[in-house]
Amino acid sequence: MNITPEDEAFQPADFAFTEENLAAAEKIIKRYPEGRQRSAVMPLLDLVQRQEGWVPLAAMRVVAAKLDMAEMRVYEVATFYTMFNLKPVGKHFIQLCTNIACKLRGVDVVLETCQHELGIGVGETSADGQFTLVESECLGACVNAPVAWIGDYFYEDLDVANTKSLLDQLKRGEAPKPGSQTGRQGSCPAGGPSTLLELAAPTSLTTPFGDA
Amino acid sequence: MLSDKDRIFTNLYGFHDPKLKGARSRGDWSGTKELILKGRDWIIEEMKTSGLRGRGGAGFPTGLKWSFMPKEVGVRPHYLVVNADESEPGTCKDRDIMRHDPHKLIEGALLAGFAMGAHTAYIYVRGEFVREAQVLQAAIEEAYDAGLIGRDACGSGWEFDIHLHRGGGAYICGEETALLESLEGKKGQPRLKPPFPAGVGLYGCPTTVNNVESIAVAPTILRRGGAWFGGLGRPKNSGTKIFCISGHVEKPCNVEEEMGIPLKELIEKHAGGVRGGWDNLLAVIPGGSSVPVLPKEICDTVLMDFDSLRDVRSGLGTAAVIVMDKSTDIIAQIARLSRFYKHESCGQCTPCREGTGWLWRVMERMVLGQADLAEIDMLDEVTRQVEGHTICALGDAAAWPIQGLIRNFRPELENRIRAARQHATAA
Repeated sequence: MNITPEDEAFQPADFAFTEENLAAAEKIIKRYPEGRQRSAVMPLLDLVQRQEGWVPLAAMRVVAAKLDMAEMRVYEVATFYTMFNLKPVGKHFIQLCTNIACKLRGVDVVLETCQHELGIGVGETSADGQFTLVESECLGACVNAPVAWIGDYFYEDLDVANTKSLLDQLKRGEAPKPGSQTGRQGSCPAGGPSTLLELAAPTSLTTPFGDA
Repeated sequence: MLSDKDRIFTNLYGFHDPKLKGARSRGDWSGTKELILKGRDWIIEEMKTSGLRGRGGAGFPTGLKWSFMPKEVGVRPHYLVVNADESEPGTCKDRDIMRHDPHKLIEGALLAGFAMGAHTAYIYVRGEFVREAQVLQAAIEEAYDAGLIGRDACGSGWEFDIHLHRGGGAYICGEETALLESLEGKKGQPRLKPPFPAGVGLYGCPTTVNNVESIAVAPTILRRGGAWFGGLGRPKNSGTKIFCISGHVEKPCNVEEEMGIPLKELIEKHAGGVRGGWDNLLAVIPGGSSVPVLPKEICDTVLMDFDSLRDVRSGLGTAAVIVMDKSTDIIAQIARLSRFYKHESCGQCTPCREGTGWLWRVMERMVLGQADLAEIDMLDEVTRQVEGHTICALGDAAAWPIQGLIRNFRPELENRIRAARQHATAA
């Protein structure tokens, strides 16, 4: 995502971390050795994005000052990593994986469903600012394909019907249940595991090994 | 088939408690102090005996890698970096370890860190795994609170800290030196080797980068003995492995199996078989998007391990098995991978920066058949100009899927071009 001169219009003049995030930032910086605080640049940009929904230029300047980095070095990081939104996105930022495993499991029709239900194309934000839809690269949940990443959660095993239901819930302001939309447990085969059968029932959990 | 008693990841699917109490009930953190007290050399020797080869894709022997770290810790501290930037299309195994068996990873990090003289580990988790990172962070905090890591890890006298670091959505950061650059707060662009990370790694200090699965199997190997792990699978391809079976199977899933299991058995026993039956199989990518695709004739008999797959000019990679039935437009699927590599090229090396775009554009024409027959050979030639001419393996990874397509599915490409030509003439 590149920043263009036209984008100046929505760039805020300044930025400040909330008190809570400022404390979080200090804690993050301590994870790295003395003098290596630059390592915290991605976590701090992530904090910015969690606070604002995207990463304004003003925030990059604040992060640069905080970490004693040249502003350009922060800009370089922010533009290299695709997860940083350099422009505002909708309240629900839908990143639908269209890589091979999802494609083989029918993501093309899921993508059409999203476009149709939301009335927007790929890369667009709905007029009410509620939804942004993008195609993403592999999200790493391939045995539960197709997969969409929305907010902090993955929504998996998508098809036309459950995608419609998922979007309807979001439109109504509800919080849909993350994970498999067909009720599978994690990456377990549908209908139950082919292995670990004796362990499958949670009742077999009670064989404590004692304290290590 | 591997028996349940030899499975390491007994909470792979998350049916049970991933927290410390549940982890202990599954045997984690049992006798960890005693393992540490046996000393660095013992740990590394057991790992060598186990024959464990790196589970991130390259298959380099893990014990040997650990032994490359300087024997004595000098003025520069040693670091363990765990590569949890799982991004190879088709692969989703480390995700399960982090969200369902995080204590195996934490205990493994302590043992590996101790064995290489590191007091600090960073776990670099891909940014998209928000929930997984939260679960792992909670497990790290539990381990600190229980004294399992920290000032005096497990009462062994070894100080050990683990920090979690989230990435930003760049496939290239799965490459170990790009990961180190990223961890240092820079663009994720690979470094020239040598120097290797064991000499000059994170912050210029001796560093070993290991995949999540390689680290997470270490505690069980050390408890049960390297010989136990080494006795599973096949020579030089030992142990168990988490396979991710996606695509056109009845029941896509992850499963831990023995190395060297026949591909057909893996798919039929655990993933419910190929959609429409085995004879409906067109092709399989056996080890994540970077390895060459195999036609059905090879899939009928091939075994799933590093050397067997190398012998059929593909690779085990991350053991992400992507299954395609006869309804698949294989040219379009490989073109999608070309688009991926174009997107993920970091732009540092010219053959990759220019080549991935070139390959993708030609592949898109191949999908439509809008090409000359001679361009198939030219496409193959361009992949060979990219392959081996870049700092990291992303260039190779962009080249191999196309080479596999041309080698195994050339008639498909030719027929597509002929059909498009006929269509144009008829119109």
